[in-house]
Amino acid sequence: MSHHLVIRVIAKLLIPFILLFGLYVQFHGDFGPGGGFQAGVIFAVAFVLYALVYGLDNARRIIPDRYIRAGIALGVLIFAGTGVVAMFLGGNYLDYSVLAHDPPHGQHLGIFVVEFGVGLTVASVMVAIFFAFAGRGHKIDEKEG
Amino acid sequence: MITTHLPALQIVVPLVSAPLCVLLGKARLAYALALIVCWAVFGISVLLLGQVLDNGVISYRLGGWAPPWGIEYRVDPVNAYVLLIVAAIGALVITYAKPSVAKEIGSGRETLFYTSYLLCLTGLLGVTITGDAFNIFVFLEISSLSSYVLISLGQDRRALTASFRYLIFGTIGATFFLIGVGLLYQATGTLNIADMANRVALLAENRTVQAAFAFMAVGLAVKAALFPLHAWLPNAYAYAPSVVTAFLAATATKVSIYVLIRTYFTIFGPEFSFEVMTLGPVLMVLAILAMLVGSTIAIFQDDLKRLLAYSSVAQIGYMVLGLGFATVLGVTGGMLHLFNHALMKGGLFLALGCVFYRTGSVSIEAMKGLGHRMPWTMAAIVIGGLSLIGVPLTVGFVSKWYLLLAAIDSGMWWITIFILVSSLLAIVYVWRLVEAAYLSPSPEGAPSGEAPLVMLIPTWVLMLASVYFGVDTRVSVGVATRAAEFLLGAGS
Amino acid sequence: MEWPGLFNYWIVIFLMMAGLYVVMARANLIKKMVGLSIFQASVFIFYLTMGKVAGGTAPIVIPGNPVYSNPLPHVLILTAIVVGVATLAMGLAIIVRINEAYGTIEEDEIDQQEHDS
Repeated sequence: MSHHLVIRVIAKLLIPFILLFGLYVQFHGDFGPGGGFQAGVIFAVAFVLYALVYGLDNARRIIPDRYIRAGIALGVLIFAGTGVVAMFLGGNYLDYSVLAHDPPHGQHLGIFVVEFGVGLTVASVMVAIFFAFAGRGHKIDEKEG
Repeated sequence: MITTHLPALQIVVPLVSAPLCVLLGKARLAYALALIVCWAVFGISVLLLGQVLDNGVISYRLGGWAPPWGIEYRVDPVNAYVLLIVAAIGALVITYAKPSVAKEIGSGRETLFYTSYLLCLTGLLGVTITGDAFNIFVFLEISSLSSYVLISLGQDRRALTASFRYLIFGTIGATFFLIGVGLLYQATGTLNIADMANRVALLAENRTVQAAFAFMAVGLAVKAALFPLHAWLPNAYAYAPSVVTAFLAATATKVSIYVLIRTYFTIFGPEFSFEVMTLGPVLMVLAILAMLVGSTIAIFQDDLKRLLAYSSVAQIGYMVLGLGFATVLGVTGGMLHLFNHALMKGGLFLALGCVFYRTGSVSIEAMKGLGHRMPWTMAAIVIGGLSLIGVPLTVGFVSKWYLLLAAIDSGMWWITIFILVSSLLAIVYVWRLVEAAYLSPSPEGAPSGEAPLVMLIPTWVLMLASVYFGVDTRVSVGVATRAAEFLLGAGS
Repeated sequence: MEWPGLFNYWIVIFLMMAGLYVVMARANLIKKMVGLSIFQASVFIFYLTMGKVAGGTAPIVIPGNPVYSNPLPHVLILTAIVVGVATLAMGLAIIVRINEAYGTIEEDEIDQQEHDS
């Protein structure tokens, strides 16, 4: 799609806002609807859009596969690790109440960190799935005349 | 402090190390980590069993939320026993894995293999330890998804179709279970298994509960490969990498059987399952058919992994037969066979992995003269085969003996005939193997020499264990009897 | 109770049966995955229906004395949806590999190739 000027410009304009909206959904999840799952998908959409418009190779140059893989693993580690930290602080596994000076703050902090882990993993997984499928067989660019 | 957290650590340790394996990146580091973790998990499961036998049921509140609102990990004699089996097999198989994985899976994918392996182990342990019905579904899917990956790593392209078929069957099975859990939640308003059991007892006439029972029973029968829902199993076992076959054959179906036991005996209770829903005859007919059909088909297989896979279908029949009696003796027999079959089938598949490592094939042709070329491996296969038949002084005999006792005790002596017929069929397929290995000459230029010691030792540990527990039955029968008494006592 | 009574459950059963039928009756592997997804979606609707209380609102504390829906089944099914997505991705990934190995995604043609070899 490299010669569609309108699409290229609009995509460039949209992508920052998509990323920003993803972050909003992620971190406003404490106070309203939102959270890691939704935010992760929205965040990944920005990369998918970029890959669709500018080609898979360029997108892969922006986030190489090893970063995606690391992102998937790190997200899970953050989630599970929060539980382990709680265990070391004297609570049960995943008991966030012990993370801060009083239980409500602890729960707040715990959910905040865990949702970040979820968001990171979901975003990485979505991008990884897209790259895995788009990278097989025919390239998207070649099919478009 | 650490002892109170054992139930959580049992799951968390392999769960955390799975992503670490990805981050490490190097196959050797990932293997080292997986090895340490699996043995640590085994250690935890031994400690847990000790705690349960000394002090009774352990309850662990995940996140500090009290049951029935929060998720509870609940360890009682039944699942402590299953945890030990899964963890022991997990540790032995990973010890064995390095050369086999390097040969069959190839570089570049090894770290991902260890990650999937750890995730699969996490899922299986999670299913076993959790006291929450929905949590069972989640862990079941974690273990299933990673086992689809593991199976599809096989060298033959048929591994892909086998994996796909397993995915379809497995997802339908798990989703049926999910529907059952949903219906039960509608009827009882709780997901905690202990709480659910109390409430279901008052709702025996409720049609929602009965429908839930049907959905869960069918869904789990698919996951456990109970005849006639076993169609996914033979190919999945035959074309998966050797390590994966050994691991899944010894653990995955066992854990599904465990969930079946939980569902029948703990959630719904023996009275509801066996009197209101008359499950006993259904299970027994299916079990007997599985024993006969599985053994018969096994006789005609030329690929030894397929042969053993059909034999697994038959052996699952034995376990379910034990449950069908719904007496302490019968359930003891079923639970014993769960343990014994894990030992012998795990050992047999590991031995076949050794054969494949050396000869590159596990067809009956490749076995010719193997008794002289790989004496130690072949001796292990013979012990495993004798155990499959149920020759005295092997574990196979002990569990069949309890099944026979249970049949006579329940006044259903005619079942003993089927057990004997199925054992005779087992003699036929084991004999084919022995004949090829010892009585046929080796083909010209056939590769000879033993597999590496790393592979041979775990195989022999399982085989020696299957002889040891066949002679000294105090530990295994003792634990299985306590588990059976607990199950039948808890429901009444 | 006036007809059709428990309308959502009719939809659930219809989708469940349709999904299962597609899984069994279609030889095309992609269509099988579609059927499987429909089947799973029916269970999602089942759980969502279960948790909904007529006139209930989202369980966010607000002044007054509102009726809340039961959030628990909704949260559960969020997990199941994620599992469903993972299953779908896994299934499609295997199909891509099958297509590379066999050159087809029709089950009968794959069976034939397996018998020939």
